[in-house]
Amino acid sequence: MAKVKTLDDLRKMKDELKNKITLREKADDPESLVQIKVSMATCGIASGAKEIMNYFIEELDNQNIDAVVTQTGCMGYCYAEPTIEVTLPGEKPLVFGNVTTPKASEIIEKYIKGGELVDGIIPDSYNTF
Amino acid sequence: MAKFKNHILVCAGTGCRASQCEEIVENLKLALEQNGLNKEVQVVRTGCFGFCEKGPVVKMVPDNTFYVQVTPDDANELVLEHLIKGRKVNRLLYVNPETKEVVSDSKHMGFYKKQIRIALRNCGFINPENIDEYIARDGYSALGKVLVEKTPEEAIKIIKDSGLRGRGGGGFPTGLKWELTLKSKSEQKYVVCNADEGDPGAFMDRSILEGDPHSVLEAMAICGYCIGADTGLVYIRAEYPLAIQRLKIAIEQAREYGLLGKDIFGTGFNFDVEIRYGAGAFVCGEETALIHSMEGLRGEPTVKPPFPSVRGYKEKPTNVNNVETFANIPPIILKGGEWFSSIGTEKSKGTKVFALAGKVNNVGLIEVPMGTTLREVIFDIGGGIKGGKKFKAVQTGGPSGGCLTERHLDIPIDYDNLIASGSMMGSGGMIVMDEDDCMVSMAKFYLEFTVEESCGKCAPCRIGNKRLHEMLEKITLGKALEGDLIKLRNLANVIKDTSLCGLGQTSPNPVLSTMDNFNDEYQAHVKDGKCPAGQCKALMHYIIDSHLCVGCTLCSRVCPVDAISGERKTPHAIDTSVCIKCGACMEKCKFGAISVQ
Repeated sequence: MAKVKTLDDLRKMKDELKNKITLREKADDPESLVQIKVSMATCGIASGAKEIMNYFIEELDNQNIDAVVTQTGCMGYCYAEPTIEVTLPGEKPLVFGNVTTPKASEIIEKYIKGGELVDGIIPDSYNTF
Repeated sequence: MAKFKNHILVCAGTGCRASQCEEIVENLKLALEQNGLNKEVQVVRTGCFGFCEKGPVVKMVPDNTFYVQVTPDDANELVLEHLIKGRKVNRLLYVNPETKEVVSDSKHMGFYKKQIRIALRNCGFINPENIDEYIARDGYSALGKVLVEKTPEEAIKIIKDSGLRGRGGGGFPTGLKWELTLKSKSEQKYVVCNADEGDPGAFMDRSILEGDPHSVLEAMAICGYCIGADTGLVYIRAEYPLAIQRLKIAIEQAREYGLLGKDIFGTGFNFDVEIRYGAGAFVCGEETALIHSMEGLRGEPTVKPPFPSVRGYKEKPTNVNNVETFANIPPIILKGGEWFSSIGTEKSKGTKVFALAGKVNNVGLIEVPMGTTLREVIFDIGGGIKGGKKFKAVQTGGPSGGCLTERHLDIPIDYDNLIASGSMMGSGGMIVMDEDDCMVSMAKFYLEFTVEESCGKCAPCRIGNKRLHEMLEKITLGKALEGDLIKLRNLANVIKDTSLCGLGQTSPNPVLSTMDNFNDEYQAHVKDGKCPAGQCKALMHYIIDSHLCVGCTLCSRVCPVDAISGERKTPHAIDTSVCIKCGACMEKCKFGAISVQ
């Protein structure tokens, strides 16, 4: 790598290197960010949860939306896989079922960016401990 | 480059390495490869997380799951369950010992709640062997800012405004030290980093060098610019191989990037760092002794003045700061003196790193704001005393400090309060003692250390400490006379007043403070021939209660010196002249028939 010759070089380098650790920095304070949990049980994986997870990671990154995307265990909605849970900062978590790539795109565009509800929400009928 | 969607941070500090963290890393990588995840998940070796009690620590990012006491065999399960199936591996999560609740996230653990990490900001966060990760965390920006935008005087003013005081123990204002060295006129000056951490039980500086070596290098360069030096020297004890290795890697990387060497940031400023090895002598933590040792001379202190800021290494003005002091510098430069001085107490600003050790549940490395109370440190962060025993004392400041008791627990920790309470800050070792610890033996332990470490140059320290140790030995053997306690105190005061350097001037502190706080314990040893804590072997006798003994013969079989005799099914007896007081019989007895008196 090129030597650091000026302070601007260092700043540029920092901007390029930042993404190496942003994941860790975001993880320190997930409550202030958009959190997406992708259900990754056997049924989820079989229905393409992994592709959906990758899509969210890449798309949110491309659009510079600060978010934490994590995998989670079976949510129990095996009939509606892939399922994801989206938590906007300060909001209650919402579960979306049958998330395909177009649906994922719609969730990002409407719900995550605008707070507008979209079809496919699974009403919560459980308590978490 | 493919984007990593998970990072696995594995603690690679000395403690966790000793518990096989390298194998954990290898097994994690293997498991990731087998499952085709090696392009999606990055395994990172970091510096110390601080929670050494529960090491090895593995942290999953971005969901911040904090796995404790992980073994190499767990690696496969972590990959299959946590990463692929998204299920947390419950048996490896931390359990709050009080509520028995599982805590998966370090942010919600008592151990981390009250901590503010400035000096340790990157420990357990970045890979210390990768300069890129340091730069991504604003690394070397403070150096750039100072070189390009500030004059040395302006930079020193920021440090002065911050109120930062030396973290090595003395608590001398850092900005003032820099200013004094700047004012000394000389062609050649030096910056020295004191990494000769010598207090028993202290590992703050080692952890910083292992976890974030670049922060120290950057700060040394900043100091070089401020005082007009082009050479930095790190004096580190050779017993710290991992810290040395990481420091060497860091120096190489910084040179490669042009952040050390000639014409840094194109400003014409030159600065390079070399390493000097110490043989691990406690006295070499004293700055004049340290400088002599670096010059290849005997590590003996000389009278100050002249201070090193006037005449130091090779007779040139030298600025000596401790590792932790340096680690605080870059954030102060970036965030400003006011930010730093808003943390802490009136006269002690910022945070302090402590190595929490002894009879406390959460042994580890912590960083708390100045002004935190001992109670918070020991009971909230430290999780209280091991085995539910009673807290007795805490030794701060190592062999130079004193012990503090129950009544000191609510004192806010800062330089001045600790001195007023008869101890000192020291470099940050904190050893917790419970009801089973004998305070006379504790003082004796520290005296043994100072006798060993005294350089022998001045008589009070060389001879006085030896005599002091002999008197303590006499007390623990039950051979002391009543007048000995007065002699002990007098001698301690003479050594304190007449020794040449800090080592001798402070070495009687453990004796004096235990005499002040636990006088009755000394009296019990001398007058009654008893050790209330039951630790002084010479004052203990194991006896068998003939009413409780059923004659099972178990004790006589485990006794290594055949001191126990008796027929089967009849009460046994211990021959106290043969007994070595190892306690093996008491441990084995199923009937509680053996006790100590």
